[in-house]
Amino acid sequence: MHRRTALQLLAAFPALAGLSQKALAAQWDAVLAEAGGQTVYWHAWGGDPKINDFITWVGQKASERYGVTLEHVKLASTADAVARVLAEQAAGQTEGGAVDLIWINGENFAAMKSQGLLFGPFAEDLPNWPLVDVAGKPATVTDFTLPTEGYESPWAMAQLVFEYDTERLKNPPQDIDSILEWSTANPGRLTYPQPPDYLGTTFLKQVLYGVMDDPAVLQSPVDDATYADLTAPLWAYLDRLHPTLWRGAQAFPQNEPALGQLLADGEIDISFAFNPGRASAEIAAGNLPDTVRTFVLTGGTIGNASFVAIPFNAAHRAGAMVIADLLLDPEVQARAQDPAILGFQTVLDLQALAPEDRARFDALELGVATLSPAELGPVLLEPHASWMTRIAQDWTARYGVAQ
Amino acid sequence: MTLLRLAPPLTLGLMAVPVAAGLAGTALPAFGNGGAGFARLLDWPGLPRAAALSIGTGLAATVLSLALTVLILAAFAGTPAFARIRRLIAPLLSVPHAAAALGLAFLIAPSGWIARALSPEVTGWETPPDLLILNDPFGLSLTLGLVAKEVPFLLLMALAALPQVDADRRLTIAATLGYGRIAGFVLTVLPALYRQFRLPTYAVLAYGMTTVDMALILGPTLPPTLSAQITLWMSEGGLARRDMAAAAAILQLGLALCALTLWHCVEIVARHLIRATAFHAPRLPQLDRPATLAAHLGSLAVAGSLILGLAALSLWSVAGPWQFPDALPESLTLRTWDSAAPALAATAGTTLGIALAATATAIALTLACLQAETAEHLVPTSRALTLLYLPLIVPQIAFLPGLQTLALRLGLDGTALAVATIHLTFVLPYVFLSLAGPFRAWDGRIATTAATLGASEGRIFWRLRLPMLAGPVLTAFAVGIAVSIGQYLPTLLIGGGRVETLTTEAVALSSGGNRRLIGAYAVLQLLLPAFAFALATAIPAVLWRNRQQMRGLH
Amino acid sequence: MLELEALRITRDDRLLVDLTLAIRPGQVVTIMGPSGSGKSTALAAITGTLAPAFARTGRIILNGNDISSLPTRLRRVGLMFQEPVLFPHLSVAGNLAFGLPSSVRGRQARQARIAAALASAGLDGLADRDPATLSGGQKARVALLRTLLAEPAALLLDEPFSRLDAALRAQIRQSVFDSARQAGIPTLLVTHDAEDARAAGGPVLSPLGGTLPL
Repeated sequence: MHRRTALQLLAAFPALAGLSQKALAAQWDAVLAEAGGQTVYWHAWGGDPKINDFITWVGQKASERYGVTLEHVKLASTADAVARVLAEQAAGQTEGGAVDLIWINGENFAAMKSQGLLFGPFAEDLPNWPLVDVAGKPATVTDFTLPTEGYESPWAMAQLVFEYDTERLKNPPQDIDSILEWSTANPGRLTYPQPPDYLGTTFLKQVLYGVMDDPAVLQSPVDDATYADLTAPLWAYLDRLHPTLWRGAQAFPQNEPALGQLLADGEIDISFAFNPGRASAEIAAGNLPDTVRTFVLTGGTIGNASFVAIPFNAAHRAGAMVIADLLLDPEVQARAQDPAILGFQTVLDLQALAPEDRARFDALELGVATLSPAELGPVLLEPHASWMTRIAQDWTARYGVAQ
Repeated sequence: MTLLRLAPPLTLGLMAVPVAAGLAGTALPAFGNGGAGFARLLDWPGLPRAAALSIGTGLAATVLSLALTVLILAAFAGTPAFARIRRLIAPLLSVPHAAAALGLAFLIAPSGWIARALSPEVTGWETPPDLLILNDPFGLSLTLGLVAKEVPFLLLMALAALPQVDADRRLTIAATLGYGRIAGFVLTVLPALYRQFRLPTYAVLAYGMTTVDMALILGPTLPPTLSAQITLWMSEGGLARRDMAAAAAILQLGLALCALTLWHCVEIVARHLIRATAFHAPRLPQLDRPATLAAHLGSLAVAGSLILGLAALSLWSVAGPWQFPDALPESLTLRTWDSAAPALAATAGTTLGIALAATATAIALTLACLQAETAEHLVPTSRALTLLYLPLIVPQIAFLPGLQTLALRLGLDGTALAVATIHLTFVLPYVFLSLAGPFRAWDGRIATTAATLGASEGRIFWRLRLPMLAGPVLTAFAVGIAVSIGQYLPTLLIGGGRVETLTTEAVALSSGGNRRLIGAYAVLQLLLPAFAFALATAIPAVLWRNRQQMRGLH
Repeated sequence: MLELEALRITRDDRLLVDLTLAIRPGQVVTIMGPSGSGKSTALAAITGTLAPAFARTGRIILNGNDISSLPTRLRRVGLMFQEPVLFPHLSVAGNLAFGLPSSVRGRQARQARIAAALASAGLDGLADRDPATLSGGQKARVALLRTLLAEPAALLLDEPFSRLDAALRAQIRQSVFDSARQAGIPTLLVTHDAEDARAAGGPVLSPLGGTLPL
């Protein structure tokens, strides 16, 4: 009986937005009671051992504090989890789904939200939500121009930074045009992950920002009428860049760690990552030489947030919400920002934190290769998700299928 | 007796039903929606190249593997070198495809071990050269990886067949008639031998054309081979993509059937050619020296690339900082193993649990089938033998997507039990092939003698046949364990991402490039079957330490 | 008493065996013929191990019971092959124990029976030996002991002496025939060797029933 009531409460959860703090707290207690003893299957990309270790640590916290068991389902691609939920929907499975929580953003979020595959809204009712820096970091509520509307909860900020080894390269290029010049002068020492990989497509979008006359149109969905004209400079740029790339652009690394490994192996001189603290963390782990430093482009680089979302048919919604809330906990956020652990940027507003929580962040060393918030410069907003899809498709048609 | 009678149909069903159901499950979405999936597939600009790559790498790998196998047999059969090769086969065969591919990648990459060993002294390279070796657009490294993995398999199959065709005496007679080793082998042994390993060759061809894990690691990416692309589409999400993937899977099946038909035609032509050649009786002794040299080089390349690649993997798993062009790491550390120990242990546990369950079931079913064959005087038909090879010849990529949808609808996917069940489908043929020979070759007079002494069928089986076949049973067990541990696509698709084995983890990590962790997973992937094979050798040795005939000393 | 009543065996309509005979307790009857003549086929029919490709008519009667359709293990017909066919994974004692009826109960009683049997054949102290380490003569004796310990009601010999060298051959042959006579077991010998047939001392027939002169 208890179980049924709690489930009914859960079902009503999205409608609670208007309730008082006290009523909310009471509802949250019911969620916690329901979550105790649940096993939450978090489908998250599993290609990076440091992130895997961090998720394991979060699982220990969840177990200690709330009696929630966290299972990390390691994915090769986030789309695996989306496909899974989609298949369950197609099979008519509206309850007891296999996926409880997904690490998600961008086009995957847009696809799931538009097809009604997400549970919610829930994020803005989480107890730790008031700590999120919504005003200072608008990307926490706008995912690739799409308002999140509480259907996903942020847990990390990311920004594109470039990495290089000062032993091999003294003066790295500072903008998109000089990257082309540098690569032409130093053939075979640059590459990017193969689209539709996330980081690879981000590189294409960064190029778009650099070669377009008016990047503001990127905030609107792709318009078929103007798409060809608007993207022509991108393809022209790539046509010139590709012959100078690593392997003559006949092969590409498949993702961010593979690109990082090429830098570590000395196969390329410039790499990049969607994580300003990655280089420091890799140096700390002994995977990169301590002469590696990072830089950003003048005019700024693209930044966004990572989120977690709960599928409409998740078997353990309460447990999933508890994990989403735990990820916003200052202790967890500070650990994620520690360059020795992950080096992810926090989504929280440090001014909103209690002094002892703020002290956790103040105590963090930036790491030898990490730029300070001021040095990181302006954050360029993610273009509308339709750009990512279209550009990746066209890239595949142009460069991905034939010699 | 009646229960035993059920064993053969049950076993064949376990192999045929998943394949048939899966194919139906794939065909439905492929032809559904008025063929929308096929329309989208034909619109994909990468199709001709991906299909050509699939056919090209598959055929090239099969031709090269078969040629090298024949060369090794012809050059070494009956020589001391052959005994050495024989000992290497089982360990090499137990290397999972993914681990072999990862090892090869570590070896031949421009920043790999070979380049490091030769740099900068020989090559002058201070930084890795910008050479397109891995993921080359023509699939050459993929072909090489396939050859390294398939030659041990074909050799094993040939070893079982050689005594059946009385190879030694045929070779002796050819030699006394003045034939060179190579000509003698090709003209007198090969035609009979090939009949015995035609089906294994078909399996090699089908596997080579449709491998996913090796193609993801070694194959081209612009575009990838058709089967790798299907897997990418399957995991990209979106129903449209799934229809397209299903259509491509059906196309892949068609391509495999075409290639098999083509291969069959080539077989017929080759048979006539050999017969016509034999009529003119060319002794060709001058072929022997170059062919023996080629066999030496080829077997060295196969064994070397597997062994060195795996050594490189092991070294990476304990490597501290290791910059190009250092031939060895600056220091050794157990940090990777330490930090990954809990995850490694859990994954190894799951892997081993699934492998043990699938293999134990496969052994029990195989023994029941073979015993039924004896007790009921059943004669295995050639159709049954073909069914045995069905899961090996029908491309996994063609029926597993359909089976996944089916399992999902029945709520069966995503559990270790479901994964163990689908592993059983792939473990059974290998266990059967490995055990059937020794079981059927068992001296029937022992059973007759025992029966005249009053022993029942059951007593003869449990007290005489099974103990005497302990060695082959344990070997089949190790083969089954190795096959199960190596499964990638079935685990990925039927496990729904929730069942993690060493192989799915290693392939998932391979895209990430963390060599230390990949090394650790691959080493475990390797150690488990190696341990099984070691047990299969050690247990009979201890058991029969006082029984000369059981140790093959008589 | 072992009787064959019009035992006819054909394969693909070719008649291989056509025998009607009676063997008294302790008597040795010999079937002689070249290889491929169907001698061993006759033995297979009597032990009940005839392959399905053969067709059999007629009856096999042992001590008054028709055993024609009984399973091998219930026929109580002992068999010795050309080779001793010792179980290679069991010790000498293990081999003998396999033949000893389970009605002999208790570890000690069984061990005592086995030791006594070994002693009677001059094989004292070989109980724990690996059969592969025995000499040819020892192996043949162990095989005979194993057959006799099962207390067969009839004994079939499928050229059991042909692999032994000449000196040993006469000795083993004599002990086999003596044992059979002593135990009063009707014995059927199949051989292509006239010396064996002469030593058996009984009638000599061809597989198709004709009496052969020696």
